[in-house]
Order: sequence, then C-alpha cells, then structure tokens
Amino acid sequence: MGLIGDTVDSIKSIQTRQLLNQAVSLGMVVTSALIIWKALMCITGSESPVVVVLSGSMEPGFKRGDILFLHMSNDPIRAGEIVVFNVDGREIPIVHRVIKVHERQDSGEVDVLTKGDNNYGDDRLLYAQGQQWLHRHHIMGRAVGFLPYVGWVTIIMTEKPIIKYILIGALGLLVITSKD
Amino acid sequence: MHSFGYRLNGLLTFSLTILAMMCAIASLSDNLNTPSPSAEIQIMNINWFQKQPQGNDEVSLTMNISADLQSLFTWNTKQLFIFVSAEYETPKNSLNQVSLWDAIIPAKEHAKFWIHTSNKYRFVDQGNNLRGKEFNLTLHWHVMPKTGKMFADKIVLTGYSFPEEYR
Repeated sequence: MGLIGDTVDSIKSIQTRQLLNQAVSLGMVVTSALIIWKALMCITGSESPVVVVLSGSMEPGFKRGDILFLHMSNDPIRAGEIVVFNVDGREIPIVHRVIKVHERQDSGEVDVLTKGDNNYGDDRLLYAQGQQWLHRHHIMGRAVGFLPYVGWVTIIMTEKPIIKYILIGALGLLVITSKD
Repeated sequence: MHSFGYRLNGLLTFSLTILAMMCAIASLSDNLNTPSPSAEIQIMNINWFQKQPQGNDEVSLTMNISADLQSLFTWNTKQLFIFVSAEYETPKNSLNQVSLWDAIIPAKEHAKFWIHTSNKYRFVDQGNNLRGKEFNLTLHWHVMPKTGKMFADKIVLTGYSFPEEYR
C-alpha cells in the first residue's frame, strides 16, 4: 500500500495515551520555538530580531529574500550603519543606510537621514509629509548580521498561502503519525 | 521506523545543520584577517560656500581620495561599502556627520583606487557655523559578508578647515 497505506494504518492504530503523548510533544515543539523567539527579542533588544529584505533598494548588498539580524543597543546611531526604521503612516519597516547624523549637544537627541544604497536620492521622499529627519523612536534596530536567501521561505508563504497550508498539514501529519 | 518520510526528514535536518555550521564557520573565519588599510584625502578646491535662504550654510568641494583597502577582503566578503564623511562639532550639536561621497567596491581588484570628485551629497550644516570651522574627513568602510557578521571601521583624517568668508 506504500506511503499512504502506512499512514492510514498508523492513524487507525492510535490509542488515547499515544494521542496525548503526541499532543504534548507537538506542544513542546511550538512552545520551544516561541521561547527561542522571545529569548532573541530579549537578547537583541529589538522587537523583531530578524527581518526579511523585501525590496531591492539595498542591492547589491542585500537582495530580496535575504534576512538580517537586528540589534538594538543604547549605542548612539552613527553614519554608515544600516538601520531598520518605521515611518509614521507606513506599515512596512524600511532597511536603509544612515548618511547624515546631527546629535544635539544638550539632550543627545539625533537627527538622522537615510538612503538606500541602490537608490539615487535620499529618503526624504519616503518619510512622512514634511518630515526632514528620522529620530531615535523611529528606529527599530541596526543590522549586525546577514544570511542570504533564507527569507524566501517567508516571502513564498505570505504570497502563496496554499503552500503554507500544505506545509503545515504535512508537518502535522508527520507529528501525529510518528511513533517513537 | 525507517519510512520514506523519516529518511527525508533526517536528510533535510542533517543538510540544514551542516549548511548552518558552514555559514557560522565562514563568518568566524573573518576574525582571522588582520587588515592594514590606508587612505588619503586632499581637498583640492572649495567650489562655492554660501548661506542658504533658510539660514543653513552649504558648501561644495572637490576632493582627491586615494585608498588601499585590498587587505579588507576575505573569502567571505561580498563587497565593501565605503564613504567619506565630514565630521565636526558645533555649539548646538555635539556631533555632525555628513556623508559626502560613497561607493561600492565589488571585488579586491578594485579596492586600490584613486578618484577626483566633488561631493555627491549636499553638504548642508544645521545652522551657519561653517565659516573658519575645523573638521575631520573620515573614510568609513562597511564589510558586507557573503554570510554572517558585518564589520565596520574607519580612518579619521584631521586638520581640514573651511574658509573664513563665504565665496
């Protein structure tokens, strides 16, 4: 009967105790993933420790589908750093490089201007209407590490939800039917 | 126990683990490199220097930039992002960093270069503090890896100053 037959047989043979056991192990998988994510949030100090690059504005350094690891420390922001920032009225955060910094003498507040490496002009056009500078509270983190291609998994899953469901279904079936 | 699904799962997990380890080792190997970069920047000309209608000083200048950054490249280096910024202090701001020129160096062969250029981005002060002001020109580089940790460093060149009068 092959793969399908085996799978059907193993579902039939599930006993209550085994079912409970598997529910617990599934719970363990989910919670440990959550623990890792939350721990990363604590360590990096950023609300999203990992971001996926969605646009080509930083090419050829970062391409669509690459992932960046963020870190948010109290160190001052300096020119050249690649920061992830939120602009008021825009949902998706932007990953660009800082090209100008003006730090106040008295309060230590910063005015920051950013630009995508692959864009011709600076980001003032992307900022909110009339906004000239980014401030500390706009910035979610600075990029410290880089991993190519891995982000395609999430891009594909958000753009083709059917693949996500198939994948979740297959994994669920694997967990349910596994015997150890 | 030894079904197709199990084997596929095992194979996938194993290959991903190996791949992740190789990425980590490649990134760690960057630490073995001790670079010795050098840079020199000359200001050839102040093209113009004036006060904008909004009250901010703006200057345009021409620079000669020469640098040898070949030693920064390792096998895990995808490219270098380099830029020259003017850095100075004013009564209002404890630090002003204004990027004047930048470039992407895609390969080691291009990392020893010489360029004669005027500032690519506008050099505008916050206020009108630039007359007679001393400033530093800093060559920054950001090493963008094929995978792993990003590195950055700089060479600070001191002793530049603006003219006493607008021109």
